[in-house]
Amino acid sequence: MDRFSWTTGLLELGETLVVQQRGVRLSDGEEKLKFDSGVLLLSTHRLIWRDQKNHECCIAVPLSQIVFIEEQAAGIGKSAKIVVHLHPASSNKEPGPFQSSKYSYIKLSFKEHGQIEFYRRLSEEITQRRWESIPTGQAMQVNKDSQAGRIRAVGIVGIERKLEEKRKETDKNISEAFEDLSKLMEKAKEMVELSKSIANKIKEKQGDITEDETIRFKSYLLSMGIANPVTRETYGSGTQYHMQLAKQLAGILQTPLEERGGIMSLTEVYCLVNRARGLELLSPEDLVNACKMLESLKLPLRLRIFDSGVMVIELQSHNEEEMVAAALETVSEKGSLTADEFAKLVGMSVLLAKERLLLAEKMGHLCRDDSVEGLRFYPNLFLTQS
Amino acid sequence: LPQAKYKERGTVLAEDQLAQMSKQLDTFRTNLEEFASKHKQEIRKNPEFRVQFQDMCATIGVDPLASGKGFWSEMLGVGDFYYELGVQIVEVCLALKHRNGGLITLEELQQRVLKGRVPAALRRDDLLRAIKKLKVLGSGFGIIPVGGTFLVQSVPAELNMDHTVVLQLAEVGISPGKGLGTRTHSQPIPSPFPLIPSPFPAVFQEHLLKEGMAWLDTQAPGEPQFWLPALFSELYSQEITPEEAKEAIP
Repeated sequence: MDRFSWTTGLLELGETLVVQQRGVRLSDGEEKLKFDSGVLLLSTHRLIWRDQKNHECCIAVPLSQIVFIEEQAAGIGKSAKIVVHLHPASSNKEPGPFQSSKYSYIKLSFKEHGQIEFYRRLSEEITQRRWESIPTGQAMQVNKDSQAGRIRAVGIVGIERKLEEKRKETDKNISEAFEDLSKLMEKAKEMVELSKSIANKIKEKQGDITEDETIRFKSYLLSMGIANPVTRETYGSGTQYHMQLAKQLAGILQTPLEERGGIMSLTEVYCLVNRARGLELLSPEDLVNACKMLESLKLPLRLRIFDSGVMVIELQSHNEEEMVAAALETVSEKGSLTADEFAKLVGMSVLLAKERLLLAEKMGHLCRDDSVEGLRFYPNLFLTQS
Repeated sequence: LPQAKYKERGTVLAEDQLAQMSKQLDTFRTNLEEFASKHKQEIRKNPEFRVQFQDMCATIGVDPLASGKGFWSEMLGVGDFYYELGVQIVEVCLALKHRNGGLITLEELQQRVLKGRVPAALRRDDLLRAIKKLKVLGSGFGIIPVGGTFLVQSVPAELNMDHTVVLQLAEVGISPGKGLGTRTHSQPIPSPFPLIPSPFPAVFQEHLLKEGMAWLDTQAPGEPQFWLPALFSELYSQEITPEEAKEAIP
């Protein structure tokens, strides 16, 4: 704990706050101290601890002093901790709460949780060592325990110079990035023009273009993110990529579909697949385009679009019309049901429950009662009891 | 015979152009790789740069988010950022649907999605782009402009919400000063909107009631009062319960 210095807690120029956490206790090695409840702040340059009850009490240690850090899991009655191993204090260190310590490490106890995130951020900062590349202007430093109350200030000129340097650095980075981006966009624009020209040729030829050429063209468009300017899709939608994707999806979705009664909304599929992937996620369009190919590839799933525009994936073996018969029974048993109630009873999502009831209505089995209290479905007695 | 010859020439020209495009594509790919190696971090960490990037793409007619297999996504990693955001948006909306009927303010959505992220890393623009992409999936995602901000709809609506009606409603109850954007969780529940006495908005209000996006208090003193749970600031700070979270995960 002798590596810490008193500080105002104000961030210096160039120093940025990364994360902060309340309810943290500081310990000197294994010994508890009076620093038992504070806000721990991590900046790009320092680790700062401020007492929650007495805001004047604020100490900090430079991140450069950290050798390495460890995690200590929570136990019964014990909070999760981070152990921070430190280099010996430098001789020109600013005064702090302790002149000496028999430990070379401190412990941070997270009484109000937050340890996982803090550890992650602290590791990042230690790895990136941003304090080495970002100069900080030391505007003012007040030393707490000094009787004379020394105030050190670098001259105004010094501060202004540092600000100017930082501004120039930032400007330079940004303008370089934008310059590069503009040049890139110019080239991309050329590609867009070229693709339009090719698309026109394709339209003119009206079927004289080979399938191979169309597929190639589509894949070029896909790479660049250019919308397909040929509205007439003579050779089916999608590219090689989408075909492969469709086959993959058939594999991935078989079990989840079976678990969910044979039907899932496309939004559900999107979340499921992307959560499983973690990286190199699918765009919504990728998913839709791949699903459009399921049937033509004779895969065991298919895409279905309801009148409302809701899109679902069904197992080939799934027969929504049969499910409608079952739904009718359920509704008849209960007298009447809303989509919410039906969903809960049957154990399906409200979105799909509603589609099933709407389909039943379309087929004439159910009647709706539409009021401010909601949409309720009844068996269609007009049909059965006339 | 001359016609056939012309057609043939036509074929050759297209083939040439395709070959040309293929070559240009390779060059472009290299340029993009170079750009990525220098500025990839910039796009991921700097929201303003991201917005500029998107705008530039839109101007020239390119959609960097169209496919995860596109160059932009592969090399700059922009895709993953937005597609992942899409997943989180779906989950939040699903978890809260029973509370607000599938209507949520962009602010609340941002707040909920932000949990665990650095605040500066996410902007309204990011959310709006992610939502625009989600529309493609057909489950009813929509964005409704309201008094300077947006409402996000996450259920398919049988009625098409008339924006002018929503703006009328918004003007009555929400103004930029005490508006949606400036609400914090420490402020009390906002004063309700009076029932607007004209037929067109009434139809709209009925729709909101049916969908569970609005509540009607007939026991209020004086006129019945009309509330939008999506705007209840008290609910902003309420955690999503484990049950709600389960609902969200497919």
